[in-house]
Amino acid sequence: MMNFKTSVFIWVLAVLCGAGRQSVCAAEPAASEMVDRLVDSKLDELGIPPSDICSDEVFLRRVYLDMLGTLPTPQEARKFLSSNVANRREQLIETLFERPEFADYWALKWCDLLRVKAEFPSKLWPNAVQAYYRWVRTALYENLPYDEFAQALLTSNGSNFREAPVNFYRAMPEREPKAIAGIVALTFMGTRTDQWDEKKLMGLAAFFGQIGYKGTAEWKEEIVFYDSTKSFCYPGTEKVVVPQLPDGTTVELVDHIDPRIAFADWLVNSEVFSDNIVNRIWYWLLGRGIIHEPDDIRSDNPPQNAALVSFLSQELVSSGYDLRHIYRIILNSKTYQRASIHNEGNLTDEENFSRYYTRRLDAEVLIDAICQITKTTETYSSDIPEPFTFIPENQRSVRLSDGSITSPFLDLYGRPSRDTGYLSERNNTPSAAQKLHLLNSTHIQQKIQQNKALLGMSYNKPKNKKKPQTKWGEPQEVIERMYLTILSRYPTEKETETAIAYIRESGLNRYDSAVDLVWALLNTNEFIFKH
Amino acid sequence: MTMNNGMNISRRDAMGLAAAGGLVLGSPMHASAVKAGKAKAVIQIWMWGGPSHLDTFDPKPEAGVEYYGPYASPIETNVSGIRIGQKLPLLAKQADKYSIIRSMTHGINAHETASYVTQTGRPVGGDVYPCTGAVVSRFKGVDAGYTGLLPPYIVMTKPQGRFSESGFMGLRYKPFATGGKPSAPVFSVEGVIQQGITEARQKGRRELLSSLDTYGSKLEGNTQFNHMNLCKEQAYELILGDAGKVFDVKNEDPKLRERYGKSDFGASCLIARKLVEAGVPYVTINYQGWDTHKKHFDIMNNKLTEMDRGFSTLLDDLQQHGLLDSTIVWWGGEFGRSPKIQWEAPWNGGRSHYGKCFSHVIAGGGFQGGQVIGASNENGMEVADRPVYPWDLIGSIYEQLGIDPNAQLPHPQGLDVRVCPTEADGVTMGGRLREIMS
Repeated sequence: MMNFKTSVFIWVLAVLCGAGRQSVCAAEPAASEMVDRLVDSKLDELGIPPSDICSDEVFLRRVYLDMLGTLPTPQEARKFLSSNVANRREQLIETLFERPEFADYWALKWCDLLRVKAEFPSKLWPNAVQAYYRWVRTALYENLPYDEFAQALLTSNGSNFREAPVNFYRAMPEREPKAIAGIVALTFMGTRTDQWDEKKLMGLAAFFGQIGYKGTAEWKEEIVFYDSTKSFCYPGTEKVVVPQLPDGTTVELVDHIDPRIAFADWLVNSEVFSDNIVNRIWYWLLGRGIIHEPDDIRSDNPPQNAALVSFLSQELVSSGYDLRHIYRIILNSKTYQRASIHNEGNLTDEENFSRYYTRRLDAEVLIDAICQITKTTETYSSDIPEPFTFIPENQRSVRLSDGSITSPFLDLYGRPSRDTGYLSERNNTPSAAQKLHLLNSTHIQQKIQQNKALLGMSYNKPKNKKKPQTKWGEPQEVIERMYLTILSRYPTEKETETAIAYIRESGLNRYDSAVDLVWALLNTNEFIFKH
Repeated sequence: MTMNNGMNISRRDAMGLAAAGGLVLGSPMHASAVKAGKAKAVIQIWMWGGPSHLDTFDPKPEAGVEYYGPYASPIETNVSGIRIGQKLPLLAKQADKYSIIRSMTHGINAHETASYVTQTGRPVGGDVYPCTGAVVSRFKGVDAGYTGLLPPYIVMTKPQGRFSESGFMGLRYKPFATGGKPSAPVFSVEGVIQQGITEARQKGRRELLSSLDTYGSKLEGNTQFNHMNLCKEQAYELILGDAGKVFDVKNEDPKLRERYGKSDFGASCLIARKLVEAGVPYVTINYQGWDTHKKHFDIMNNKLTEMDRGFSTLLDDLQQHGLLDSTIVWWGGEFGRSPKIQWEAPWNGGRSHYGKCFSHVIAGGGFQGGQVIGASNENGMEVADRPVYPWDLIGSIYEQLGIDPNAQLPHPQGLDVRVCPTEADGVTMGGRLREIMS
């Protein structure tokens, strides 16, 4: 049994951890307004009229999907849609930061970038995947300042099981210094090194020329460490390469001092470091980078709105690298809250944020949404490599830590293979094969048939009868619940009429017609897209 | 039309069921093949887990019982001088149709890396390349004018996994995985065939959906929504049309079905023949269950018989249908299994992974049968003659299909990448299979 001292200790710890996660400032109306001013002035300049602000029901669904990768439950939808509080959107955003799903969803995105997978080509192996994933998720859950997050990944030493961030240097197809430099630049600078000249790349590689790897007696344990005996030389020579920062400054190698530290210190204070992450967050939330593609930052690919990038970047630095501060600014802006419905003047705008750009749900988010609606689960496991991995049946797909564990559904819907860390690996482009699956697969059909309550069925067991009797809910109520569950909104009168007519006139029995209604709502563009 | 990312896609592309995924990234070059090849299609029997070469196509009755175990008596085939494993009597009667490569090698004993090398024909390192099916889908699929309703790259029933099949080429070239159970009375191919939904109900549903897609109708003109609507049309062509009937074997001759065997593998072989007949250029049968560390011979006793029936009948049936000359049948896994049997605990008679020397089989599509390529040494541990690397074999397959081994592949960052590696890439070559390529 836990003694008093331990429990006090745990309590104190809980308070401290909780305190760490508390937002310093609840909302930044001025900063969000600044974002809108910067976006609007660009739109004015281009003569593009922005769309209106979206309705509460659209905002509700959108912000859940963008922040948590999760649909609101019908209860949550009812509650929010009945609120009259003036700042209800801002309040909702604050509530969602505190949800564990926030960390789940952003750990997914980060593990895409960090190529977290057990098998080819990263070959982290299952135990290290678990350790690494847990570290990343915890960092996001506790809102670890982003500079510390990067420092930890870049400069840690130790066992891949015990000092999880060292896996950064293991989750790569190749371990030569140049390949590592390429990954570092892509991850933290949003920059592709394939166009760099050799000198620049070698200069960056030299910071990673003394990383050592060694095994232990434990199965697949590996120590990643600063190996002062190693030196990184020009090929075919014994001439040691002098580390050179991407800005051109050279750094002297000092005996017994890990050069990665000098690089990480430079990095976190550089502009490109903060530009990269604020631009990525913008891309994640709005579907397009201010610099696009977001992982192709270079002088000849200028931002669509340079002032906007610098503003957000400065906000990040002045907040002490608080990523949630940036989310908050963006999510509370009018720019984020615009309708996806276009007006006469902005249908063709695909890069100035005059409307919210529609995007198909991420593979994992889509299957989780379907599972939540139908109260069903997916089964994931891997019987190669050892130790075998079996994912608990009730775990959501967003929480899959290992990119090697997949399903035909996730593959079909463009889940990234986590080979390269490029954002383009996640492919949310709709395809006919995807549509085929949603329209006509046994997989989806069986799920729909599972949730009897959603279909309007309940069981009644009268005292004198042995068998329970099926009871059907009032069509209007059943339809309302379907809409709240699937589309997070109330049906319109016309929609209710159409649905009731289908129940009464399709010639199908009540069960089949209810299945078809759920099927239809799951196949609407309104459901499949974030909008 | 233009997508959010500014790339143009044609209607056909948009509909691209043909592509499991979406649009092509990278260079807009045409996916034209160099010259017309002899072969039009490939059926790949992927031996998931790695089958023993000694127990199948490279028996070693002289190596001692610690190597051959209970299989002491290989059998003569219909080609004089070629003997194969004793559990493959039906394949023994078809040896004139296929050639055995007994000198496959890559030296890798880990599933994921060996699978990658064996299926892509690429050495490890750098980018993740697409596997053979994805490359064929690129050069024989929609990009090359394939207009079939069925996807050009189909895998029964689950994707091979272990690495991303389409590599850097992405979603568009991924295989279409059928799911379902091929030997069941109704093979429920995911999305194509669903039991219990009548055609009338399909139509009723479709109408219901269009009347309930309220929000969609407010976004008239939105390119994303337009694209999705095209995808839906294309999907319905397959759902309501006849193309999906190819997966139904009910109307095939019962005797033929019996010969294939009632197993999932047997049914998959029959369906593969039908798919090729219908014009699908690449079919993978992902044949699981060959990673036999323990109870190896118990499993082999059943499994080899099942394989023997399906594989041999496939060869014969393809020939009966006049398809063997234009269809390559490729049998093999990521590696072989250790020639020396592990009798000690915990294996108690198992075979482990073995990438140094193993066998693959190739038939049809312009490859001559009745030949043995290369040789292993006396106990099957080493390549004794004419090493064949995965890139030699896969390069030969591409040539027979008329795919230029030096053609460019689409790359998301626009890098110049080619179908096959060469010596200039620092790769040791064994040479294409000229000895059996006509």
